[in-house]
Amino acid sequence: MIPDQKTLWLLGGIAGLLLIASLVTFILKRRAGGAPGPVILNLDARVKAWWVMVLVFSLALLTGGTGSVILFALISFLALREFVTLTPTRPGDHRTLFWAFFVLVPLHYFIVWLQWYGLFAILIPVYAYVLLPIRSAAAGDCERFLERSAKTQWGLMVCVYFLSHAPALLMLPLPGPEGANARLLIFLVLVVQLSDVLQYVWGKLLGRRKIAPTLSPNKTLEGFVGGAASATAVGAALWWATPFNPWQAAVLALIITLMGFFGGLVMSAIKRDRGVKDFGSMIEGHGGMLDRMDSLCFAAPVFFHLVRYFFT
Amino acid sequence: MSAADLLAGCLRAVCGARLLPAAALPPGPAIWFANHSSHLDFAIIWAALPGPWRAKVRPVAGRDYWEAGPLRRWLARRVFHAVLIERQRVTVANNPLEPMLAALDAGDALIVFPEGTRSRDGTLQPFKAGLYHLARARPTIPLVPVYLDNLNRILPKGDFLPVPLLAGVHAGPPIRLGEGESRELFLGRARQAVLEAAQNHFP
Repeated sequence: MIPDQKTLWLLGGIAGLLLIASLVTFILKRRAGGAPGPVILNLDARVKAWWVMVLVFSLALLTGGTGSVILFALISFLALREFVTLTPTRPGDHRTLFWAFFVLVPLHYFIVWLQWYGLFAILIPVYAYVLLPIRSAAAGDCERFLERSAKTQWGLMVCVYFLSHAPALLMLPLPGPEGANARLLIFLVLVVQLSDVLQYVWGKLLGRRKIAPTLSPNKTLEGFVGGAASATAVGAALWWATPFNPWQAAVLALIITLMGFFGGLVMSAIKRDRGVKDFGSMIEGHGGMLDRMDSLCFAAPVFFHLVRYFFT
Repeated sequence: MSAADLLAGCLRAVCGARLLPAAALPPGPAIWFANHSSHLDFAIIWAALPGPWRAKVRPVAGRDYWEAGPLRRWLARRVFHAVLIERQRVTVANNPLEPMLAALDAGDALIVFPEGTRSRDGTLQPFKAGLYHLARARPTIPLVPVYLDNLNRILPKGDFLPVPLLAGVHAGPPIRLGEGESRELFLGRARQAVLEAAQNHFP
């Protein structure tokens, strides 16, 4: 796909932001001299990882849909892997999990690729929810059965179903010329991730009061308000790339930001309960795939349905 | 990069395991002993070892299992260069210790699973005496405890379909047989070392 002018502006803008981030990191490292502290080292690792993530995301987007669907299928697979690794299951769940990973994830994303909305909406909430406990029950192990079934289903819901609503934006019949769907996906991912980053930056700069000390000790009220407000402002300023007018873009960006924030809290609650800091370690400086995607998982389905209801 | 490096890299990627840090590993011949719950156990230790260590390491496996059928025999002999030992009809003529000591004396390292067989539920079974006999016969060779995490969930005993969870390979500090240490005491200490390695998460 040859990207249109507006898409190029968006991607160029993201690259510009990263350039600034790299420059700031470089200056901070210079000023720290030979021994940069852990925060600066982590910042450096994060910025480098962002370059890789943005590059992969952009390349996938430029293939015109198929690449994005494959990319998000892979992300879901890796996120589900981290989720299930952290949640204890029993031998009786082995085949159930095999189905979840190797049948349901590919099948669900194949349906996203087919742009078959009807089946996309029910495959996991109806068919997977019916079939998975049946398979576990067939294995004959009753111990903690409800808990185990709930974990598998919830993992599939958050890591696969929720997240798949991001590439599903590509199937929405939007008015206007082609490329609008790809820009909508960029808008969602950009606002959600920028909100995470800005909350981190505002928190590091002026964070004082903890907002959720038991769930996420690093999150502060100042970081949350500053991050949400600035991400909303950026979202509003990007209205020209979307089917929205400026205030619609602002409201949707705010909703994305809030859902992302609460998604992060929910996933933190799971991590704290399991006694870990991160879901994994595959993205240098960020933790696991699910640590990077938790906010997107919760923002994507809400954004998808709001756009589907009001703008198509 | 050799074919073995590539295979090891793929194995680590598929199982989500990390390379063990070379600085923390003893140089030269060693005996790696780990908990056993999956067919992947040997392969994942092999893959987690840095290149120079990997080239020298051989798994110790039961002859009865690995010589049943041509595929297993080929895997054990040609692919893994396993040291096959007798588990059932142990006599003076086929003392399982002999091939292991021969491998150590040739400068190789061994991977042994002192539980003797794969655990079904992932709990650590009592250790068999082989590790003690090895330690007594070659008291200078370091014994490195390894804890394998989640392998019983990835490919449990009795199943052939894997589930792609993240595996952990955790190595603890090497142990040696103490002067005059009894068999029971040593085996208990070795088993404890494997359990403690579970807490040993390298950054």
